Amino acid sequence: MGMADDPYQVLGVARDATPEAIKKAYRKLARAHHPDLNPGKPAAEARFKAVSAAHELLSDAEKRARFDRGEIDAEGQEQAPAGGYRRHAEAPGGARYDGAAPPDAMFDDLLAEMFARPRGEGAARGGPRPGRDASYRLTVPFASAVLGASEELTLPDGLTLRVQIPPGLETGQTLRLRGQGSPGWQGGPAGDALIEVTVAPHRLFTREGFDLRLDLPVTLREAVLGGAVEVPTLAGTLRVTLPAGSDTGRQIRLRGKGVAAQGARPAGDLLLTLRVVIGPPDAALEAFLRDWVPEQPQDPRAGLEAAL
Amino acid sequence: MITLEMLCLRFATLTPEDLVHWIEEGHVRPDAMEGRLVFRDIDVARVRLILELRDTLAVNEEALPVVLSLLDQVYALRRRLLEAGLPADQG
Repeated sequence: MGMADDPYQVLGVARDATPEAIKKAYRKLARAHHPDLNPGKPAAEARFKAVSAAHELLSDAEKRARFDRGEIDAEGQEQAPAGGYRRHAEAPGGARYDGAAPPDAMFDDLLAEMFARPRGEGAARGGPRPGRDASYRLTVPFASAVLGASEELTLPDGLTLRVQIPPGLETGQTLRLRGQGSPGWQGGPAGDALIEVTVAPHRLFTREGFDLRLDLPVTLREAVLGGAVEVPTLAGTLRVTLPAGSDTGRQIRLRGKGVAAQGARPAGDLLLTLRVVIGPPDAALEAFLRDWVPEQPQDPRAGLEAAL
Repeated sequence: MITLEMLCLRFATLTPEDLVHWIEEGHVRPDAMEGRLVFRDIDVARVRLILELRDTLAVNEEALPVVLSLLDQVYALRRRLLEAGLPADQG
Protein backbone atom coordinates (compact mmCIF):
# COMPACT_ATOMS: atom_id res chain seq x y z
CA MET A 1 0.00 0.00 0.00
CA GLY A 2 1.45 3.32 -0.96
CA MET A 3 1.70 6.18 1.51
CA ALA A 4 -0.98 8.14 -0.27
CA ASP A 5 -3.61 5.39 0.03
CA ASP A 6 -6.14 6.12 2.70
CA PRO A 7 -7.20 2.82 4.33
CA TYR A 8 -10.81 4.00 4.62
CA GLN A 9 -10.88 4.71 0.89
CA VAL A 10 -9.21 1.41 0.09
CA LEU A 11 -11.96 -0.47 1.91
CA GLY A 12 -14.64 1.93 0.76
CA VAL A 13 -15.94 2.66 4.26
CA ALA A 14 -16.72 5.86 6.12
CA ARG A 15 -14.29 7.15 8.73
CA ASP A 16 -16.76 6.32 11.48
CA ALA A 17 -17.50 2.82 10.15
CA THR A 18 -18.11 0.16 12.82
CA PRO A 19 -15.64 -2.73 13.17
CA GLU A 20 -18.35 -5.01 11.73
CA ALA A 21 -18.76 -2.81 8.66
CA ILE A 22 -14.99 -2.77 8.19
CA LYS A 23 -14.77 -6.54 8.45
CA LYS A 24 -17.64 -6.95 6.02
CA ALA A 25 -16.12 -4.60 3.48
CA TYR A 26 -12.76 -6.30 3.82
CA ARG A 27 -14.24 -9.76 3.36
CA LYS A 28 -16.06 -8.71 0.23
CA LEU A 29 -12.95 -7.15 -1.33
CA ALA A 30 -10.75 -10.05 -0.24
CA ARG A 31 -13.06 -12.52 -1.94
CA ALA A 32 -12.94 -10.50 -5.13
CA HIS A 33 -9.19 -9.97 -5.23
CA HIS A 34 -7.51 -12.92 -3.51
CA PRO A 35 -4.56 -13.63 -5.83
CA ASP A 36 -4.99 -17.39 -5.71
CA LEU A 37 -8.55 -16.96 -6.95
CA ASN A 38 -7.40 -14.57 -9.72
CA PRO A 39 -4.34 -16.22 -11.23
CA GLY A 40 -4.82 -14.45 -14.55
CA LYS A 41 -5.03 -10.92 -13.13
CA PRO A 42 -1.72 -9.65 -11.72
CA ALA A 43 -3.48 -6.43 -10.66
CA ALA A 44 -5.56 -8.41 -8.19
CA GLU A 45 -2.49 -9.17 -6.11
CA ALA A 46 -1.65 -5.50 -5.57
CA ARG A 47 -5.26 -4.74 -4.79
CA PHE A 48 -5.46 -7.61 -2.31
CA LYS A 49 -2.30 -6.43 -0.56
CA ALA A 50 -3.69 -2.92 -0.24
CA VAL A 51 -7.00 -4.22 1.06
CA SER A 52 -5.28 -6.52 3.57
CA ALA A 53 -3.01 -3.76 4.80
CA ALA A 54 -5.94 -1.39 5.21
CA HIS A 55 -7.84 -4.02 7.15
CA GLU A 56 -4.83 -4.82 9.27
CA LEU A 57 -4.65 -1.20 10.30
CA LEU A 58 -8.34 -0.49 10.79
CA SER A 59 -9.22 -3.77 12.50
CA ASP A 60 -6.82 -2.96 15.31
CA ALA A 61 -8.58 -0.40 17.49
CA GLU A 62 -5.35 1.04 18.84
CA LYS A 63 -3.69 1.36 15.45
CA ARG A 64 -6.86 2.80 13.99
CA ALA A 65 -7.00 5.46 16.72
CA ARG A 66 -3.35 6.37 16.19
CA PHE A 67 -3.89 6.61 12.45
CA ASP A 68 -6.96 8.79 12.97
CA ARG A 69 -4.88 11.07 15.20
CA GLY A 70 -2.21 11.19 12.51
CA GLU A 71 0.39 9.48 14.71
CA ILE A 72 1.12 6.79 12.15
CA ASP A 73 0.74 6.65 8.43
CA ALA A 74 -0.75 3.87 6.42
CA GLU A 75 2.59 2.21 5.70
CA GLY A 76 4.34 -0.84 7.03
CA GLN A 77 1.29 -2.84 8.03
CA GLU A 78 1.53 -5.48 5.38
CA GLN A 79 1.22 -9.01 6.50
CA ALA A 80 2.94 -11.91 4.78
CA PRO A 81 1.73 -11.78 1.19
CA ALA A 82 -1.04 -14.15 0.20
CA GLY A 83 -1.00 -15.83 -3.16
CA GLY A 84 1.84 -18.24 -2.48
CA TYR A 85 -0.15 -21.20 -3.65
CA ARG A 86 -0.45 -19.85 -7.17
CA ARG A 87 3.27 -20.12 -7.86
CA HIS A 88 3.27 -23.79 -6.84
CA ALA A 89 0.07 -24.64 -8.64
CA GLU A 90 1.32 -23.30 -11.95
CA ALA A 91 4.67 -25.06 -11.72
CA PRO A 92 4.84 -28.62 -13.14
CA GLY A 93 4.55 -29.97 -9.56
CA GLY A 94 1.06 -28.48 -9.40
CA ALA A 95 -0.26 -31.60 -11.11
CA ARG A 96 -0.28 -33.06 -7.59
CA TYR A 97 -3.73 -31.54 -7.14
CA ASP A 98 -5.15 -32.27 -10.58
CA GLY A 99 -8.35 -34.20 -10.90
CA ALA A 100 -10.02 -36.34 -8.30
CA ALA A 101 -8.49 -37.02 -4.93
CA PRO A 102 -6.67 -40.34 -4.55
CA PRO A 103 -8.65 -43.03 -2.74
CA ASP A 104 -8.54 -41.73 0.78
CA ALA A 105 -8.28 -45.27 2.12
CA MET A 106 -4.62 -44.87 1.22
CA PHE A 107 -4.13 -42.62 4.19
CA ASP A 108 -6.65 -44.11 6.57
CA ASP A 109 -4.33 -46.67 8.09
CA LEU A 110 -1.51 -44.22 8.42
CA LEU A 111 -3.67 -41.52 9.96
CA ALA A 112 -5.38 -43.99 12.26
CA GLU A 113 -2.02 -45.26 13.39
CA MET A 114 -0.66 -41.77 13.99
CA PHE A 115 -3.64 -40.82 16.06
CA ALA A 116 -3.64 -44.09 17.94
CA ARG A 117 -0.11 -43.86 19.29
CA PRO A 118 1.19 -41.21 21.66
CA ARG A 119 3.15 -38.61 19.74
CA GLY A 120 4.97 -36.89 22.58
CA GLU A 121 4.43 -33.16 23.09
CA GLY A 122 1.29 -31.95 21.46
CA ALA A 123 -0.14 -35.42 21.09
CA ALA A 124 -3.05 -34.55 23.35
CA ARG A 125 -4.26 -32.00 20.80
CA GLY A 126 -5.36 -34.93 18.67
CA GLY A 127 -7.94 -36.18 21.14
CA PRO A 128 -10.46 -38.96 20.54
CA ARG A 129 -12.16 -38.91 17.19
CA PRO A 130 -14.99 -41.11 15.98
CA GLY A 131 -14.15 -43.50 13.17
CA ARG A 132 -15.44 -42.94 9.67
CA ASP A 133 -18.72 -44.36 8.39
CA ALA A 134 -18.32 -47.10 5.84
CA SER A 135 -20.78 -47.40 2.93
CA TYR A 136 -21.82 -50.68 1.37
CA ARG A 137 -24.47 -51.96 -1.03
CA LEU A 138 -26.48 -55.10 -0.48
CA THR A 139 -29.02 -56.84 -2.69
CA VAL A 140 -31.53 -58.81 -0.65
CA PRO A 141 -33.91 -61.50 -1.91
CA PHE A 142 -37.51 -60.39 -2.45
CA ALA A 143 -38.76 -62.78 0.24
CA SER A 144 -36.35 -61.36 2.84
CA ALA A 145 -37.75 -57.87 2.33
CA VAL A 146 -41.30 -59.23 2.68
CA LEU A 147 -40.87 -61.46 5.71
CA GLY A 148 -37.78 -59.93 7.31
CA ALA A 149 -34.57 -61.90 7.56
CA SER A 150 -30.98 -61.87 8.58
CA GLU A 151 -28.64 -61.51 5.62
CA GLU A 152 -24.89 -61.74 5.44
CA LEU A 153 -22.87 -59.01 3.76
CA THR A 154 -19.34 -59.88 2.65
CA LEU A 155 -17.09 -56.84 2.97
CA PRO A 156 -14.25 -56.06 0.56
CA ASP A 157 -11.75 -57.25 3.17
CA GLY A 158 -13.40 -60.69 3.30
CA LEU A 159 -15.07 -60.21 6.68
CA THR A 160 -18.81 -60.69 6.91
CA LEU A 161 -21.43 -58.53 8.54
CA ARG A 162 -24.81 -59.78 9.78
CA VAL A 163 -27.54 -57.46 8.60
CA GLN A 164 -31.06 -57.66 10.02
CA ILE A 165 -33.54 -56.95 7.23
CA PRO A 166 -36.81 -55.59 8.61
CA PRO A 167 -39.97 -56.64 6.77
CA GLY A 168 -41.12 -53.89 4.42
CA LEU A 169 -37.64 -52.76 3.39
CA GLU A 170 -37.60 -51.08 -0.02
CA THR A 171 -34.96 -50.51 -2.66
CA GLY A 172 -32.96 -47.35 -1.97
CA GLN A 173 -33.33 -47.47 1.79
CA THR A 174 -30.20 -47.35 3.90
CA LEU A 175 -29.62 -49.44 7.00
CA ARG A 176 -27.24 -48.10 9.65
CA LEU A 177 -25.25 -50.53 11.73
CA ARG A 178 -23.88 -48.60 14.67
CA GLY A 179 -20.23 -49.15 15.42
CA GLN A 180 -19.59 -51.31 12.37
CA GLY A 181 -17.63 -48.68 10.43
CA SER A 182 -13.98 -47.77 10.78
CA PRO A 183 -12.53 -47.94 14.29
CA GLY A 184 -12.30 -44.69 16.25
CA TRP A 185 -9.04 -42.97 17.04
CA GLN A 186 -7.61 -42.46 20.50
CA GLY A 187 -10.56 -44.11 22.19
CA GLY A 188 -13.18 -42.43 20.01
CA PRO A 189 -16.24 -44.46 19.03
CA ALA A 190 -16.20 -46.51 15.85
CA GLY A 191 -18.06 -45.18 12.82
CA ASP A 192 -21.23 -46.77 11.44
CA ALA A 193 -21.74 -49.06 8.50
CA LEU A 194 -24.26 -47.59 6.06
CA ILE A 195 -25.82 -50.22 3.84
CA GLU A 196 -27.83 -49.15 0.82
CA VAL A 197 -30.25 -51.90 -0.03
CA THR A 198 -31.62 -53.11 -3.33
CA VAL A 199 -34.52 -55.56 -3.19
CA ALA A 200 -34.27 -58.17 -5.94
CA PRO A 201 -37.39 -58.59 -8.08
CA HIS A 202 -39.47 -61.78 -7.84
CA ARG A 203 -40.61 -63.94 -10.73
CA LEU A 204 -44.19 -64.23 -9.45
CA PHE A 205 -44.83 -61.51 -6.91
CA THR A 206 -44.74 -57.73 -7.22
CA ARG A 207 -44.98 -55.23 -4.41
CA GLU A 208 -47.10 -52.11 -4.00
CA GLY A 209 -46.09 -50.58 -0.70
CA PHE A 210 -46.84 -53.28 1.82
CA ASP A 211 -49.25 -55.20 -0.43
CA LEU A 212 -48.18 -58.05 -2.68
CA ARG A 213 -49.69 -58.95 -6.03
CA LEU A 214 -49.83 -62.36 -7.62
CA ASP A 215 -51.40 -63.47 -10.89
CA LEU A 216 -53.16 -66.73 -10.02
CA PRO A 217 -53.83 -69.13 -12.89
CA VAL A 218 -57.11 -71.05 -12.47
CA THR A 219 -58.74 -73.73 -14.62
CA LEU A 220 -62.00 -73.17 -16.49
CA ARG A 221 -63.78 -75.46 -14.02
CA GLU A 222 -62.40 -73.57 -10.99
CA ALA A 223 -63.41 -70.27 -12.55
CA VAL A 224 -66.95 -71.41 -13.35
CA LEU A 225 -67.72 -73.59 -10.36
CA GLY A 226 -65.51 -71.98 -7.72
CA GLY A 227 -64.03 -74.06 -4.92
CA ALA A 228 -60.89 -74.43 -2.88
CA VAL A 229 -57.51 -73.92 -4.56
CA GLU A 230 -54.01 -73.93 -3.14
CA VAL A 231 -52.06 -70.67 -3.44
CA PRO A 232 -48.29 -70.67 -2.93
CA THR A 233 -47.10 -67.66 -0.92
CA LEU A 234 -43.71 -66.64 0.42
CA ALA A 235 -44.84 -67.70 3.89
CA GLY A 236 -46.20 -71.10 2.83
CA THR A 237 -49.18 -72.56 0.97
CA LEU A 238 -52.64 -71.09 1.59
CA ARG A 239 -56.03 -72.69 0.89
CA VAL A 240 -58.29 -70.16 -0.75
CA THR A 241 -61.95 -70.68 -1.70
CA LEU A 242 -62.79 -69.15 -5.07
CA PRO A 243 -66.31 -67.85 -5.57
CA ALA A 244 -68.23 -69.45 -8.45
CA GLY A 245 -68.26 -67.54 -11.73
CA SER A 246 -64.87 -65.85 -11.30
CA ASP A 247 -63.75 -64.16 -14.52
CA THR A 248 -60.16 -63.51 -15.56
CA GLY A 249 -59.05 -60.29 -13.86
CA ARG A 250 -61.15 -60.86 -10.75
CA GLN A 251 -59.28 -59.75 -7.64
CA ILE A 252 -59.25 -61.54 -4.33
CA ARG A 253 -57.76 -59.79 -1.32
CA LEU A 254 -56.17 -61.94 1.35
CA ARG A 255 -55.85 -59.66 4.37
CA GLY A 256 -52.60 -59.77 6.28
CA LYS A 257 -50.86 -62.06 3.81
CA GLY A 258 -48.66 -59.35 2.27
CA VAL A 259 -45.52 -57.81 3.77
CA ALA A 260 -45.20 -59.00 7.36
CA ALA A 261 -46.17 -56.67 10.20
CA GLN A 262 -43.49 -54.71 11.97
CA GLY A 263 -43.93 -52.79 15.20
CA ALA A 264 -47.16 -50.81 15.01
CA ARG A 265 -47.48 -51.30 11.26
CA PRO A 266 -49.93 -54.06 10.41
CA ALA A 267 -49.17 -56.63 7.76
CA GLY A 268 -50.03 -55.80 4.15
CA ASP A 269 -52.47 -57.78 1.97
CA LEU A 270 -51.96 -60.28 -0.82
CA LEU A 271 -53.97 -59.39 -3.91
CA LEU A 272 -54.68 -62.31 -6.22
CA THR A 273 -55.63 -61.57 -9.81
CA LEU A 274 -57.31 -64.59 -11.40
CA ARG A 275 -56.22 -65.67 -14.86
CA VAL A 276 -58.29 -68.39 -16.49
CA VAL A 277 -56.19 -71.02 -18.25
CA ILE A 278 -58.00 -73.11 -20.86
CA GLY A 279 -55.34 -75.79 -20.99
CA PRO A 280 -54.54 -78.27 -23.79
CA PRO A 281 -57.24 -79.22 -26.39
CA ASP A 282 -59.97 -81.38 -24.86
CA ALA A 283 -62.43 -83.22 -27.13
CA ALA A 284 -65.18 -83.48 -24.51
CA LEU A 285 -64.99 -79.80 -23.67
CA GLU A 286 -65.10 -78.87 -27.34
CA ALA A 287 -68.09 -81.17 -27.92
CA PHE A 288 -69.90 -79.69 -24.93
CA LEU A 289 -69.34 -76.11 -25.99
CA ARG A 290 -70.44 -76.84 -29.57
CA ASP A 291 -73.84 -77.98 -28.27
CA TRP A 292 -74.03 -75.50 -25.42
CA VAL A 293 -76.65 -72.76 -25.52
CA PRO A 294 -76.06 -70.10 -22.83
CA GLU A 295 -79.03 -69.27 -20.62
CA GLN A 296 -78.30 -65.57 -21.07
CA PRO A 297 -76.44 -65.02 -24.34
CA GLN A 298 -73.99 -62.16 -23.96
CA ASP A 299 -71.55 -60.28 -26.19
CA PRO A 300 -68.48 -59.45 -24.05
CA ARG A 301 -67.37 -56.99 -26.74
CA ALA A 302 -70.57 -55.02 -26.63
CA GLY A 303 -69.82 -51.38 -25.97
CA LEU A 304 -66.17 -51.59 -27.03
CA GLU A 305 -66.87 -49.80 -30.27
CA ALA A 306 -68.89 -47.11 -28.54
CA ALA A 307 -65.93 -46.40 -26.27
CA LEU A 308 -63.59 -45.65 -29.18
CA MET B 1 9.44 -31.40 3.49
CA ILE B 2 7.98 -31.00 6.96
CA THR B 3 5.97 -33.21 9.29
CA LEU B 4 2.35 -32.81 10.33
CA GLU B 5 3.44 -31.53 13.76
CA MET B 6 5.68 -28.88 12.23
CA LEU B 7 2.97 -27.84 9.82
CA CYS B 8 0.46 -27.37 12.65
CA LEU B 9 2.98 -25.22 14.53
CA ARG B 10 3.38 -22.99 11.49
CA PHE B 11 -0.23 -21.81 11.34
CA ALA B 12 -1.88 -20.50 14.49
CA THR B 13 -5.42 -21.38 13.45
CA LEU B 14 -4.63 -24.87 12.13
CA THR B 15 -5.51 -27.89 14.27
CA PRO B 16 -4.42 -31.47 13.54
CA GLU B 17 -8.12 -32.39 13.32
CA ASP B 18 -8.65 -29.92 10.48
CA LEU B 19 -5.59 -31.14 8.68
CA VAL B 20 -6.45 -34.81 9.03
CA HIS B 21 -9.95 -34.06 7.78
CA TRP B 22 -8.61 -32.25 4.73
CA ILE B 23 -6.24 -35.12 4.02
CA GLU B 24 -9.13 -37.58 4.27
CA GLU B 25 -11.12 -35.46 1.83
CA GLY B 26 -8.18 -35.24 -0.56
CA HIS B 27 -7.89 -31.44 -0.20
CA VAL B 28 -4.30 -31.85 1.00
CA ARG B 29 -2.19 -34.69 -0.38
CA PRO B 30 1.00 -35.28 1.58
CA ASP B 31 3.44 -38.11 0.95
CA ALA B 32 3.79 -41.09 3.24
CA MET B 33 7.41 -41.69 4.17
CA GLU B 34 8.60 -44.31 6.64
CA GLY B 35 5.20 -44.40 8.28
CA ARG B 36 4.93 -40.63 8.61
CA LEU B 37 3.18 -37.99 6.59
CA VAL B 38 5.48 -35.40 5.06
CA PHE B 39 4.39 -32.18 3.40
CA ARG B 40 6.08 -30.52 0.43
CA ASP B 41 6.19 -26.77 -0.13
CA ILE B 42 3.13 -26.99 -2.37
CA ASP B 43 1.21 -28.77 0.39
CA VAL B 44 2.15 -26.08 2.90
CA ALA B 45 1.04 -23.36 0.47
CA ARG B 46 -2.16 -25.32 -0.10
CA VAL B 47 -2.89 -25.49 3.63
CA ARG B 48 -2.30 -21.77 3.85
CA LEU B 49 -4.72 -21.19 0.97
CA ILE B 50 -7.40 -23.34 2.61
CA LEU B 51 -6.96 -21.46 5.88
CA GLU B 52 -7.32 -18.14 4.04
CA LEU B 53 -10.41 -19.37 2.25
CA ARG B 54 -11.90 -20.44 5.57
CA ASP B 55 -10.70 -17.72 7.95
CA THR B 56 -10.40 -14.65 5.74
CA LEU B 57 -12.93 -15.25 2.98
CA ALA B 58 -15.44 -17.15 5.17
CA VAL B 59 -15.77 -20.05 2.74
CA ASN B 60 -17.57 -22.68 4.75
CA GLU B 61 -16.91 -26.39 5.02
CA GLU B 62 -19.57 -27.31 2.44
CA ALA B 63 -18.37 -24.84 -0.18
CA LEU B 64 -14.68 -25.59 0.28
CA PRO B 65 -14.55 -28.72 -1.95
CA VAL B 66 -16.36 -26.85 -4.72
CA VAL B 67 -13.98 -23.89 -4.56
CA LEU B 68 -10.92 -26.14 -4.47
CA SER B 69 -12.15 -28.28 -7.33
CA LEU B 70 -12.74 -25.24 -9.53
CA LEU B 71 -9.38 -23.78 -8.57
CA ASP B 72 -7.64 -27.04 -9.39
CA GLN B 73 -9.26 -27.04 -12.80
CA VAL B 74 -8.22 -23.44 -13.46
CA TYR B 75 -4.63 -24.18 -12.48
CA ALA B 76 -4.51 -27.35 -14.54
CA LEU B 77 -5.62 -25.37 -17.58
CA ARG B 78 -3.20 -22.53 -16.90
CA ARG B 79 -0.33 -24.97 -16.49
CA ARG B 80 -1.16 -26.47 -19.84
CA LEU B 81 -1.27 -23.03 -21.45
CA LEU B 82 2.09 -22.08 -19.94
CA GLU B 83 3.61 -25.40 -21.00
CA ALA B 84 2.40 -24.73 -24.52
CA GLY B 85 4.03 -21.31 -24.40
CA LEU B 86 0.75 -19.44 -24.63
CA PRO B 87 0.04 -16.30 -22.57
CA ALA B 88 -2.23 -17.15 -19.65
CA ASP B 89 -2.56 -13.65 -18.18
CA GLN B 90 -4.93 -10.95 -19.27
CA GLY B 91 -2.80 -8.26 -17.63
